[in-house]
Amino acid sequence: MKVSYFPGCTLKNKAKDLDAYAYKSAAALGVTLEEIENWQCCGGVFTTARDEVATKLSSVRALKEAADKDQPLITVCSACHNVIKQTNHAMQTDKEFANKVNRYMACEKSYAGEAQVYHYLEMLRDLVGFDTIKAKVTNALKGKKIAAYYGCLLLRPNRVMQMDDPENPTIMEDFIKAIGATPVVYAKRNECCGAYIAMESPALAEKSSNAIVQNAKAAGAEMIITACPLCRYNLIKNGADIPVVYFTELLAEALGVKEDTNE
Amino acid sequence: MQRVGVFVCWCGSNIAGTVDVQAVSDALKNEPGVVFSTNYQYMCSQAGQDIIKNAIAEYKLTGIVVCSCSPRMHEATFRKTAAAAGLNPYMVEIANIREQCSWVHKDILTGTEKAIILGKAAVAKVNLNAPLTPGETPVTKRALVIGGGIAGIQTALDIADAGFPVDIVEKNPTIGGKMAQLDKTFPTLDCAACILTPKMVDVAQNENIRIFSFSEVAKIKGFVGNFDVTIKKKARYVKEELCTGCGACTEKCPMKKVPNEFNLGMDTRSAIYIPFAQAVPKVARIDPDACNMLKKGKCGICSKVCAAGAIDYTQKDQYIEEKYGAIVVATGFNPISMDKFDEFAYSQSKDVITSLEFERLTNAAGPTAGKLLRPSDHKHPHTIVFVQCVGSRCDSCAEKGKEYCSKICCMYTAKHAMLTRDKYPDTEVYVFYIDVRTPGKNFDEFYRRAVEEYGVKYIKGMVGKVTPEGDKLKVQASDLLANRQLQIDADLVVLAAAIEPDKSARPLATMLTASMDTNDFFTEAHPKLRPVESPTAGVFLSGACQGPKDIPETVSQAGAAASKVIGLLAKDKLTGNPCVAHSDEMMCNGCSTCERVCPYGAITYEDKEFRMPDRTTKIRRVASVNPAVCQGCGACTVACPSGAMDLKGFASAQIMAEVDAICK
Repeated sequence: MKVSYFPGCTLKNKAKDLDAYAYKSAAALGVTLEEIENWQCCGGVFTTARDEVATKLSSVRALKEAADKDQPLITVCSACHNVIKQTNHAMQTDKEFANKVNRYMACEKSYAGEAQVYHYLEMLRDLVGFDTIKAKVTNALKGKKIAAYYGCLLLRPNRVMQMDDPENPTIMEDFIKAIGATPVVYAKRNECCGAYIAMESPALAEKSSNAIVQNAKAAGAEMIITACPLCRYNLIKNGADIPVVYFTELLAEALGVKEDTNE
Repeated sequence: MQRVGVFVCWCGSNIAGTVDVQAVSDALKNEPGVVFSTNYQYMCSQAGQDIIKNAIAEYKLTGIVVCSCSPRMHEATFRKTAAAAGLNPYMVEIANIREQCSWVHKDILTGTEKAIILGKAAVAKVNLNAPLTPGETPVTKRALVIGGGIAGIQTALDIADAGFPVDIVEKNPTIGGKMAQLDKTFPTLDCAACILTPKMVDVAQNENIRIFSFSEVAKIKGFVGNFDVTIKKKARYVKEELCTGCGACTEKCPMKKVPNEFNLGMDTRSAIYIPFAQAVPKVARIDPDACNMLKKGKCGICSKVCAAGAIDYTQKDQYIEEKYGAIVVATGFNPISMDKFDEFAYSQSKDVITSLEFERLTNAAGPTAGKLLRPSDHKHPHTIVFVQCVGSRCDSCAEKGKEYCSKICCMYTAKHAMLTRDKYPDTEVYVFYIDVRTPGKNFDEFYRRAVEEYGVKYIKGMVGKVTPEGDKLKVQASDLLANRQLQIDADLVVLAAAIEPDKSARPLATMLTASMDTNDFFTEAHPKLRPVESPTAGVFLSGACQGPKDIPETVSQAGAAASKVIGLLAKDKLTGNPCVAHSDEMMCNGCSTCERVCPYGAITYEDKEFRMPDRTTKIRRVASVNPAVCQGCGACTVACPSGAMDLKGFASAQIMAEVDAICK
């Protein structure tokens, strides 16, 4: 299976692991990630100003390329996924916005949200299947108690993301089960880590991040996994005393393809 | 040839406003068979009916067409009018020129043209009508009540009081239902058990009532007045007629660690048990999943200690067949599962409980003997947060909750909050709500007392998350009126879970061919005017199986259902509908297609001897319709490949004549 892939700028710098293991794991699962040509930063945040067009053009270009190739568009960073999915939804539902974008882009064929956007986790669940993953696991992470950390962005707004129940998600827990480990359910798994507030008020971010780590630990977690570079940054910077890793790293480990990655 | 009279109604301006009624009656005068045609302002009035009666006599009419409102409205009226004038009531046809014409058209030319066409079709049909006489069927004077909660109990008592025998089928080992689990009842705060258990005893002692406890309805056949029901009496491994309810077996049973469902798993019971002290019937039951004797063949202590010799490890499910004239559904409700609402940490902390569990915690017969203690550490909680609408009014989360309002939660939460403050004034009590909905006699006064006299802190807003931390529950919520975020360290969180119909309702509805809504609540025949009857004749609705209800409302609906049953059982015979299917045996090829499509089981096949043209005889398999069971739906007439099946009053020839008249 060939899919279009939007890595995003963090994945080429601070979060190289997230990217590298995503490639390796996909290959092991028979999925070829075809990087969008000349992709640009998604902007990091989906601005809710409805007359704002410029920051959303990069997403539209990526979406359009995937649609032209008739491939699903995969993202792995929570923020990129959020921005691209929300932009696609706006192209589908907000005619005025879509017109403005299409006029600006001045392409031969206008774009109206035809692309299918999947988060990498959704790809694992809906396109590959957790059962297939279970069958391909060579190095099951037996007995490992892992806390899934969703953060605030991955599943919300639910109306647009349509990925999982934002209050009671199961997708990452199901993923943890598929790689043979034991998921730990804890209350704060979908709370915000503090995100960009870390710039303005580090103390507030520290409080939020600590509460999450402590809650996960109290529930018995030995490790936290996440899909979001900013979440991982905040949790580690604010003194997480258990490992916080990208879910793709564990997937690669379970599939037995981790070692040949050293970027 | 028929002599047809046409009567066009103005319905004031309802019809005459968009249909030229004079033009309609003039046009229909020229149709074949029509010997008289007129119009009048209100045909259904006494004066209008007199016009019909006089015309029948004067013109010796053999059939009439009334162009008026929907037949659902006045077909019965005009049939009575015809009968009073000596005409067979099934010689009346209604052309609906109101709902299907004047009300949906604005242009008088279009309206008039369509009214004339509808009138022509009715005339064409009545020309082929034949007089019909309805048959009569006897009524079995016994009622079945399915469900033994307060709804079923009240219905059964009221029917029995009128002198008719009633059977209650209850799936649990005892009757009493949810009300038996409650502590106090709003708004008067009388104890639920004190008002319910005497009624349970009344049921047990009433000579007209039989209780089939730990039983289920397995099969229902037949129709109004004549239902054949198979009741499955599940094996309880105790002979009901011998058990005295002494309780010796439950004391000696070595297997004591079984979660007690009556206390919602908050304490344990033995493998052989009586659900609660006031159970009716007060008969023990062995839980086969917990009993060592039944699982491994080792133990047998209960059999040894039972002085009455009531224990029977070999007991099997029993099937009982019984006839009933009427069936009352009283299958009740359950709180929904909290699995999909784990943002409130129900699965993460023992101290997050549902409101029904709270009832048991404050009940003197509950696991804590009525002391409000936290399930985790049995300490007295000092801060309690009640969350309303958990799973109710979920418009954006219909896949995990319910779109409807569960109706009873505002009142019982006010009750819980008030009673907590009354008994334990050192406790801080918060209630989070979307809206407080307390209509009902003395209901709003009750809620205001909770706020004003008892100091319960009502906060408009929802709880977003509950995080167990140490021995506290961190409640994160929003106060919408003050527009601020709240963090409350609570000791106990109580969730007002939405209520849903009992799971047994759906298969039961299929057996009864009774209709349900998308939420699996039974549908009433008319939401305002026939609220306790199902659209299926002879099936009545009592209590929360029809929609969320509190106790006073349930009891009044239970009584209403009983009065409808009494009205039915008081009749010796029921007049049937003569518009039923019949088979032309000469055309029937015995293929069984009609038998397969009949939803009522009205068609059977028999081998019959026929004389052939060459004077030999031949045995052929042909269909035969039981007119008492047939509901006249017409499925068989459509399915029959040889055209042998036809429906009286709606014969294929009549329908085709109507179509021809419309298309001419």
